[in-house]
Parts: sequence; structure tokens; C-alpha cells
Amino acid sequence: MDAERNGSPGTFGLLAPPGREATVHDERDHASDLHLDQIVSRIASGRDDGPALEELYFRRTRDVETVHHRHRVFQDLDDPEVWDAARRFCGSAREVLSHLSQARAMRVREQRQGWTLDAAATYCAAVRRLATDLGEARLGSQGMADFRRYLLGYAASGEFARLEAESAECKAALGDVGYCVNVDGGRVSVTRYEEEPDYSVEIQSVFERFRQGAVRSYLANYRVWPGMTSVGQQILGLVVRLFPEEFALLARFSERHRSFFDPGVHRFYAELQFYVAYRELIDSVGAGGLDFCYPEVATESKEELAEGTFDLALAMKLTSEGQKVVTNDLRLDRGERIFVVSGPNQGGKTTFARTFGQLHHLAALGVPVPGRRARLFLCDRIFTHFEREEDLSRLTGKLESDLLHMQRTLRSASPASVVVMNEVFSSTSLEDNRFLGAEAMRRLIGLGCLAVCVTFVDELASLAPSVVSMISTIVPGDPTQRTFKVVRGPANGLAYALALAEKYRLTRPQLLERIP
Amino acid sequence: MKAHLLYPDRDFDFSAEPGRFDDDLLRDLELAIVLRAMAQGDRLLADVSRRVLLDSLDDVGLVLYRQAVLADCIEQEEAVRELYALVVAALEDKRGLLWGIRSGSPAVTLGGAVRQLEAFSVRLRELRQLADRRREVFRSEGFEHLFESIRRDLDDEYLETLRTHLRQLQFRNGVLLSARLDRDNTGIDYVLRAPITKRPSWRERVGLAPRTSYSFTIPPRDEGAANELADLTSRGLNQVADAAAQAADHIESYFTMLRAELAFYVACLNLRSALLERGAPLVFPVPLPSEPARFACGDLRDTALVLQTAGEVAGNDVDADDRPLVVVTGANSGGKSTFLRSVGLAQLMAQCGMYVTASSYRSSARSAVFTHFGREEDESMRSGRLDDELRRMSVIVDAAARHALVLFNESFSGTNEREGSEIGRQIVQALLERDVAVFFVTHQFDFADGFRRSRPSATRFLRAERAAGGRPSYRLVPADPLPTSFAVDVFRRIGGFADADPGASGVDHGDDGPLEVGEEAGSDAVTSKQIG
Repeated sequence: MDAERNGSPGTFGLLAPPGREATVHDERDHASDLHLDQIVSRIASGRDDGPALEELYFRRTRDVETVHHRHRVFQDLDDPEVWDAARRFCGSAREVLSHLSQARAMRVREQRQGWTLDAAATYCAAVRRLATDLGEARLGSQGMADFRRYLLGYAASGEFARLEAESAECKAALGDVGYCVNVDGGRVSVTRYEEEPDYSVEIQSVFERFRQGAVRSYLANYRVWPGMTSVGQQILGLVVRLFPEEFALLARFSERHRSFFDPGVHRFYAELQFYVAYRELIDSVGAGGLDFCYPEVATESKEELAEGTFDLALAMKLTSEGQKVVTNDLRLDRGERIFVVSGPNQGGKTTFARTFGQLHHLAALGVPVPGRRARLFLCDRIFTHFEREEDLSRLTGKLESDLLHMQRTLRSASPASVVVMNEVFSSTSLEDNRFLGAEAMRRLIGLGCLAVCVTFVDELASLAPSVVSMISTIVPGDPTQRTFKVVRGPANGLAYALALAEKYRLTRPQLLERIP
Repeated sequence: MKAHLLYPDRDFDFSAEPGRFDDDLLRDLELAIVLRAMAQGDRLLADVSRRVLLDSLDDVGLVLYRQAVLADCIEQEEAVRELYALVVAALEDKRGLLWGIRSGSPAVTLGGAVRQLEAFSVRLRELRQLADRRREVFRSEGFEHLFESIRRDLDDEYLETLRTHLRQLQFRNGVLLSARLDRDNTGIDYVLRAPITKRPSWRERVGLAPRTSYSFTIPPRDEGAANELADLTSRGLNQVADAAAQAADHIESYFTMLRAELAFYVACLNLRSALLERGAPLVFPVPLPSEPARFACGDLRDTALVLQTAGEVAGNDVDADDRPLVVVTGANSGGKSTFLRSVGLAQLMAQCGMYVTASSYRSSARSAVFTHFGREEDESMRSGRLDDELRRMSVIVDAAARHALVLFNESFSGTNEREGSEIGRQIVQALLERDVAVFFVTHQFDFADGFRRSRPSATRFLRAERAAGGRPSYRLVPADPLPTSFAVDVFRRIGGFADADPGASGVDHGDDGPLEVGEEAGSDAVTSKQIG
């Protein structure tokens, strides 16, 4: 690839430096437990080639250099001018592609030509604008700078200038065409439009007196009409004869510019979406005051840190409802590997576990992660073990399938893996739960992998020095608010009824505040 | 034109989302049985009755407004049913024509709309005639206004105007449309134009000027082309069709509203005959303002139980004026739950303008009625039973305001008595401090007795008792709670408190709670069976 001449599409790469083969882990067994599927489908929804884009968010890398390459592209997009330019371009490119695919589906010549012309006009404006926008920008990433060099060369070419001028001329001519159709029985006449008065307006005034408030509209929607009827085709044929110069111009244009979308610009668009789509998510979630950061990444050290982090899927939901998101801090110091999370229900334990899993997935995509500051390990695989609610009715079958699933996880995990266990075996007796939980924990401790385990069995929190006990909290001093804070602290499973009542804000003082 | 039989100055909102507590009320108060008797198999009557029943009025004037309309209905049942039948018929005409208007093609929409408007105009004329004939015999403000507005808004002149416009809409001389080119060169922006006849200039006719008109004729048997042409014409008729169809909708919505509001009163007539057949006393309640707290009833019977029982149903006399807390204790299957239901049902019926099944009933307007009944099973196996109870309570508190009424049935028994009592005490105390009235059925002596000691004159204590021979009388008597709990039986059967030592472990509490509760749930099931 290095041998390719400057200016060819291969000389830039947004997702990785040109020619670099990164190790990639593409698996998604953990996606739904960690709600990554919600995140990814929200990111990719409504975008061009959504499935291919989704794919990119499941392809994790353990290559530190690739992660840094992507961080730098993101950092260029942090510049508001570059960011606006990128978004604008994505919007236009998307329109161009949809019009081109529309054109291919048409069988009437003038229709194909019309869609192509429209796409070309949009394309020209988009490329011109992008070249202007990026021309002045200060770009720090290799990915963006390489592309700019390529783009400026293309925008200055004679081929592009011709496309631009001819599409504008053609558009203007067709925009001025207006005609009338007279339908009388089976006879159809077409004439140039000559200011005949609007008849609907007259009839509507007749019915004005019935109007009272809003009712449904009976207007048929005729805007989207792919293809053309044979009558429509015959009418168009007559319109072409009424306006011969205008249509001759169109025919010449589409003959000359059959495929105008430059392959290099097209690839840039595809790769750019990976960044734009994720960053738009950050913007909408971050608007609620939440931080994202570029994590330090490592493939050796498992000392980890994340300050002010949160569950991204939950944050998407809460911010869209205008609710506040509680952030948490997590830290694994030298020798520490496993979080055991216990404490009152609905206190954010599962959310904490999910957050931990999501962080490792996102870090390995090379995207900014939730939090003010983070240091994360690039893991090989991510395993999850969550209670499935729909299985609850078949308790016996459930225990067995739980155990088999756990067995598969524990046998496949390596010291470089991340394991997330949430309330497993909770349908068994306390004694069984204690026993099975301890067995699973012993295996994880022996592996030395990173893990988080949510449980109500206190004993699991003190099995080894590598285990860190975390507890969900309720704050007695400020009972009007559930905290969702998960902090370091000794496990204490006593859930007293009044603490519960307090959690639901049902003590007398709390109630007096709630009922005005 | 408005119906305004439920409110003097506005429509009832029949499209409102169901309330958050509707399902709880339906289940806890056995509302379905009452609604069935009101509906007599008519889904519309059922739906309307449910909505009106669950949308309590806290304004004394509005309750009296409806009571007057309902009194008219009871007195003029035949006229009301005739009016209702007319309105139903108008809407059935419309249903017969329904296929026309929804097809989506403006030409067809227009045709359908014109046919509907023609049918409606016939019914509007009939409505006018009925109003002319019957209005004298009605006394309530609601009916007087209704008949007055029909006579005013549907005068002869108006009906004639309507007919003229319908003729004009026949539209059969072909249509002229203008259009522009879309970006794909198909026609867009079709606009119906007034046709102006003009002939080509002589220069054009002899071929000296460029042609300004081209035409073609579709083959007579080419159905596809004919359809396409019809479709094109339709586009030009879009706006006109919209206006006509909306006019039909406006008239339909008037009939729909009139039917719905009448439906409530027709349902009340249905229920009334069912209750009279079973010998239940019926009385219009005396609605009182929210303050001070008043509640008194004579021979109050559970309406749902009356409808389900062949023989006589026991009624209760309760005087709880200035006693916003009523605590009910006593024997299982002694009518405690039935009494609680009778109060909830009567309050809902009173606050929507209905009669109640009692010989006398007066009560303060309540801003809302809530039920917090012990559920037989946890709805979610994941959260504990107490957890679930507290969650439901919290949801109620979110919605509760001053002057609400909360009916508790064996609440907070998902844990041991000491803790359950404490939770219950805190909640009830707070509610009372916020002028919320509370009826509480409980087995927890510690809880009930606490209120006897702390506020004896502001609490009414009722007790269910077994008559001699063990048969329950189903009547409650004013009496303080007794320390001998019926849980003692249960206690013996499960072999004592050895497992329930609070010091043993956190988990044992959980084992103890549900056991005790399971017994209670079983007892309630027996009560339910008697109802069924």
C-alpha cells in the first residue's frame, strides 16, 4: 500500500493507519447483557449501511496503536468547526447515495436522469463545502490530514469543476417548467400553465361552517411515488414536447456524468460515520453534564481506574427522559482484580456491573468512554452471566442451564478476559448460592482475570486479597433521593424494613414532604 | 354543538389514557361485576361506564348536576332510550358507509363523504323533531340545554344550506389540474384549477406557432390506464375531499359524543333495574365539600356482592363524621373486605353522580380513591413481598393529594408484626396529617391498638364478629381491637416462633413473613368464593 501514488484513495485511513492489520475480536455474546446492543442500535439507527456500521462497533482491538489512531481522529472532531463540517458532509452524502439508488430503480429515462441530476447537484455542493471547511482547519490526526490532502486535490480538478457547472445550469432550466393537465373522460390534454385560478380554495370556503376543532386529515399522501404510471409516462412525453430545450439539456448532462461519486470520498464517508455516529451519541448524553474521556489503554497492566463513569445505555434512556444520571468511581490497585458488589436492591448494583463490562468493550473500540478519567485494560474476551427473568418459571431446568453456562464461561476465560456476573444462582437456596458462588469466585481468583460479581452473599466479598468489596448505598441523611452510588465498603446484608421504607420514601417525615 | 350531559360547560374526555390506578381499583373493588350489570353486554356502555366511574368529581355542584340529569332519566326512561336509539342509528348509518371514506383515494373519499353527509342530514332532521316533541317533560339543566341547542343550531335554514352544498359537490364535468416537475420529472403540486375555455390561436392551428397543447385518449378497455387516470384526477380533488370528509367527521363526532354521554345514563338505568330486582336500597348520596371530613352511611351494601347474590346481603351502618381513620379488625370471613369494597364502590359511584346501594349515604368529596390490598401472590418473584407492597404504596403516594381516600387491606404484613406495624403507623399518621382519609383492615393488633391509644376520638374502630354458632353475621360493630390475634392458630400450626428469632439471620424474616401472609390470603380467597 505504501507504494501507491499520492492522491489515490489508499493513501488515507480513518479507522487505522494505512496498511496496519490490527488484531480484532468480533463477538457479541455479551452484547445484550451489557446493553451494548441498545447502544449500538441507537448509534447506527437510521444511518447509511447501518448493519456494516453496527459491525464496526463490535470489532474490538487489542492494538494500542490503532486505539491511539482513533483517539486522535476523535480529537480532531472535538474542534467545533471540523465537527460541523463532518456532520454536514455526512448528511449530504447520505442524501446523494439515496438519490442514486433511487435513480437506479427507475425505468423511465427522464426519471433516471432527474434523480441523477439531483444527486450530482447535492454532491457538488457537499464536496465544495467540505473542501472549504477542512482547508483551513488545524488537523492533528494522521487520518484526517491524509484525507484532506486527497480531497483538496480532487476538488481542484477539472473533472469536478465541469460537473458543478453543468448540474447547476440543468437544474435551473427544469425548475421553471409548469403545465396543466385536463382530464375529461378518457381524454387527456397537456398545456403550458397559464395562471388558471385555484378551485379548491373556493370549495373549502363553502365548508368552513362545519369546522369545529381539529379532526384527522383526509389528505392522501402523494409525495412518495416511486416509478411512473403509463399515463404519467404519456403525460411526461407530452411535457417533453412542450419544453424541448430543457429536456435536451438534461439528456446531455446525464450522458456525461454517469458515475460521479469519487471512490476515495466515498470511503471517507463510510469510515467517518464510525466517528460521527458515536460522537453524536456523546453529545446527546453529554448534554446532561456527563463526561467522556480518552482512556489510557494497556495490554499488560490490570491496574484500572474510572472516575465519574456510568452505564451508557442507562444514561441514554435517563437523559432522554430528562432525568439525572448518577456516576460512580471504580479503581483496581496493584493485585486487585475482582469487584464483589452487594447491598440493598435497586441501589445500582447491576448498573455498576454493566458499566464495568461496557468500559472494556468501548475502550477496545478506540472510542471515548464514560467518565472524567480512565485507565483500562484491553481484554481479549468479555463474558457475562446474567439472571434471565423469563426462565424463572422453570426452576430446575434453569439451575442446570445456569451451571452449564457458568462452566463454559469459566473454562473459556483466560487471564486477559473480563467476566461480569450478575445475581447468578439467585433462584437456589442461600446455602447452594453460597457454595456455587464461592466455587465460581475461586476459579476467577485463580485465573487472575478482571471480573465483577453482583451477589447478596456477603462472604464472597472477602474470599481473597484480590477481591474488592463494593456496596450499593442509601443515604439516611438525604432520604428524598436514592443514591445509586456504589462505593468501597464492607459487605453488610442486613436489609431492615425501615431502611426499605426509607428507600421508598415512606417514613412519616418523608411522606409529609411528598404530599404537599 | 355540544352534548354536555356530564359537565355543564365541557365534553367528557372519553379518550383519556387509563389512570395509573384503574386496574387496582377494578380488581380490588370488583368493579367488573358492577360494569357488567351496567353494560348488559354492550361494549360501549361498559367502556363509558368504566371511564366515568373512575373519573371522580370532587365538586359538589357537578355531582348535583349529574344527579339531576340521572333523576330525569329515571323519570323519563322511555324518552331517553328513544333518544339514545336515534343517536345509535345515526352512527350505524355511518358504519354502513364506512368502506367509502377510508380508501385513501380522494375521489372515493369525496364520494363517500357526500353520501355520509346526506345520511347525517336525515338524522339531524329527526333529532330536531324529537327535541320539538319531548323537551317539555325534562327538568334538569343538562337536558334543557341539550334540547335548546338542538333547536337553535339545527334550524330549517341550516338544514337547507346543507342540502344545497351537497348537490354542488357532485363534480362530474372533468377536472383541470396544474402541476410542476419534481426532481425526478414526475408531476407534483397538483392543484385543482377553475377551467377556462379557450381555443388555440389561428397561427397555432395552421402550424405557424409552436403547439401549446398536446393530447391523447386512453383506449376504452384499458382498465390499468383508466385507473391511473382516476388516480391522477384524485390528486387534484385531494383538498376538496379533505374538506368534505372533515365536515362529515365533525357531525359524526357530535353524534359520538352525544351517544357516549347518554350511554352513561342508560347504563345507570340498566344497573338500577338489576339492583331493584334484588331488593337493594338505592339512594342519591348527599355530596359534601372536602372539609370537614364526613362519612356516614345507613345499610350500606357492597354493590358487587348484591349483584352476585340471590338472597339478602347484609348492610352496615357507620358514623365516622370527624373520624378520618376507620380501623377494621376481627374475624376472618366476617365481612371486613366486603365492607372495605362497599365503601370504595359507594364513594366512586357517589363521586360520578350515581346513586349508591344504601338507605342513606353522605360523605366528603375525595380528591381520589386508592386501594392498597394485599396481593395473593407477588407480582414479581424477584422483589420481596414487603418490597412490592412498599413500591405500590410509594406509587400511591406519588399520586395522592390532600383529601384523598386510601383503603388498606392487610397491608404491610409482608414482614413481622413489629416492623409491619411501625411502617403502617408512619404511613397512616402522615396521611392523616395531610387530611387523607383512611380505611384500614388489619390483623396487626400492635398497629390497631396504637391508634386506640394515640387518637381515640379521631378514629372509628369496627370489628367483624362471629354470631353464636360460628356463623358470621357479616355486620361490623363499633368495637376496639382485641389483643387475641387470629394469627395464633396459624402460629400453632407452623410450630411456633423458633425459626422467626430476629437474631438468627436476615433471611429468616423473609421465611416467616410469607407463611403468615399465605394463611391470610387463603382466608380472603374464601370470602371471594362466597361472593362468586
